[in-house]
Amino acid sequence: MSTHALPSRRDEAWRYSDIDAVAAAWPLPAPESIIVPAGGDFRRAIVQGAGDIRQIELVLGKGATASLHVLNIGGTYGRIELAVTLHEGADFQLGAAQIGGGEQNLEIVTTVTHAEPGATSRQVVRSVLGGQATGTYLGKVAVVRDAQQTDSEQDVKAMLLDRSATANAKPELEIFADDVKCAHGCAIGELDAMALYYLQSRGLPPAEAKKLLLQAFVAGVFDGAEDEEHLQALALAKLGELV
Amino acid sequence: MLKIENLHAAVADKPILKGLSLAINAGEIHAIMGPNGAGKSTLSYVLGGRPGYEVTDGLATFDGQDLLDMDPHERAAAGLFLGFQYPVEIPGVSNVQFLRESLNAQRKARGEEPLSGGDFLKLAREKAGLLKLDMDMLKRPVNVGFSGGEKKRNEMVQMGILDPKLAILDETDSGLDIDALRVVGDGINSIMRRPDKAVLLITHYQRLLDYVQPDFVHVLAAGRIVKSGGPELALELEREGYAEIAA
Repeated sequence: MSTHALPSRRDEAWRYSDIDAVAAAWPLPAPESIIVPAGGDFRRAIVQGAGDIRQIELVLGKGATASLHVLNIGGTYGRIELAVTLHEGADFQLGAAQIGGGEQNLEIVTTVTHAEPGATSRQVVRSVLGGQATGTYLGKVAVVRDAQQTDSEQDVKAMLLDRSATANAKPELEIFADDVKCAHGCAIGELDAMALYYLQSRGLPPAEAKKLLLQAFVAGVFDGAEDEEHLQALALAKLGELV
Repeated sequence: MLKIENLHAAVADKPILKGLSLAINAGEIHAIMGPNGAGKSTLSYVLGGRPGYEVTDGLATFDGQDLLDMDPHERAAAGLFLGFQYPVEIPGVSNVQFLRESLNAQRKARGEEPLSGGDFLKLAREKAGLLKLDMDMLKRPVNVGFSGGEKKRNEMVQMGILDPKLAILDETDSGLDIDALRVVGDGINSIMRRPDKAVLLITHYQRLLDYVQPDFVHVLAAGRIVKSGGPELALELEREGYAEIAA
């Protein structure tokens, strides 16, 4: 992550980025470094609401657990980049939603390295994109040679509200161990027309019906967050602007 | 209450309804029967305003308003309820939340005050009890994991809560066992059999009509009503088959 030169779109991790916005913010401050000691527990909710580039390096010691909840909604360009290293038996959970409209470009870029055996990681990412917005998830899970019994999952879905919006999703696996479980799923779609009609037939105006379906689509990612209600409320308000 | 004149409608440019006329007054229960492919479900979707169901000619008014000019949610607020043949599953959206928001959206459109959470739950509990649907089912996501019978009973609970003036029930009896059929029939009677309400029952079979006695029975074939009569017409159809009557 310690990029010294201004990245270009030729760099895989910046391929869909708004390079002009990156240049304006360059040089970036050093990434925030978080080290969770062996057996420790770390929780945080991150709301990107003003068009920032946030870089976090997270190291989990033996048996440590971390749970991050991310809501990426603000600014014309917002990027959240996580580099996570897991030591033996550590557990990392990410629940993230990015919701954008207009010409917003929002990104979540993660690298989760299983450096030792028996660690688990689970990432759930939901994007809702309207207008000409772009939402990107680039997620790499790297499993080193002796990190056996790794259990990792990436569950990535995007909902496009307009044909002019764009979702990029790239779950990526790099595995050098031979006894691991690495699941990854990815789906990009639009709201179910029949479900929308069903809701409207009961009296919900179209915008309310869409909001209800989208709320259901992103709701699960904030389960268990300390600030769950606050995150849900922010997400709902943003969804309300899009429908 | 509902007046349909010379209605023509097409789905994906294929004409389905070809000059259907029907008038339903307050206090009446009408049944429409007919063979597969006659246009029964198309009629219910056209009246319910489903996108893709295009009216090519004719008119339909509901309490004097041009029904065909209204959006689906406006039709609901005006007092029209459509019971779906295949109720839709909506993961992640709880029945209770969906119905409360729907009811309050309707009330708002009519210039009425919203119902509080407590009052709504009381109403929901009463209607669920009427249809013998466990209140826990109402807290679960809409129709997800419901059996065919539970979905249909859930439709009737929704009808009870929303309290429409006119209910169009599209094969509400399909997928029901004998006991559930009676529960649903009793539900329809207790919710809708009022002097100021009306029902349009769409069905293949006479069976539901044993529980919900219609005032009028119509036979729909090839997009038009080919015969109308009293309750005895349903029995005649059951005995003779559609081919004989519709010929």
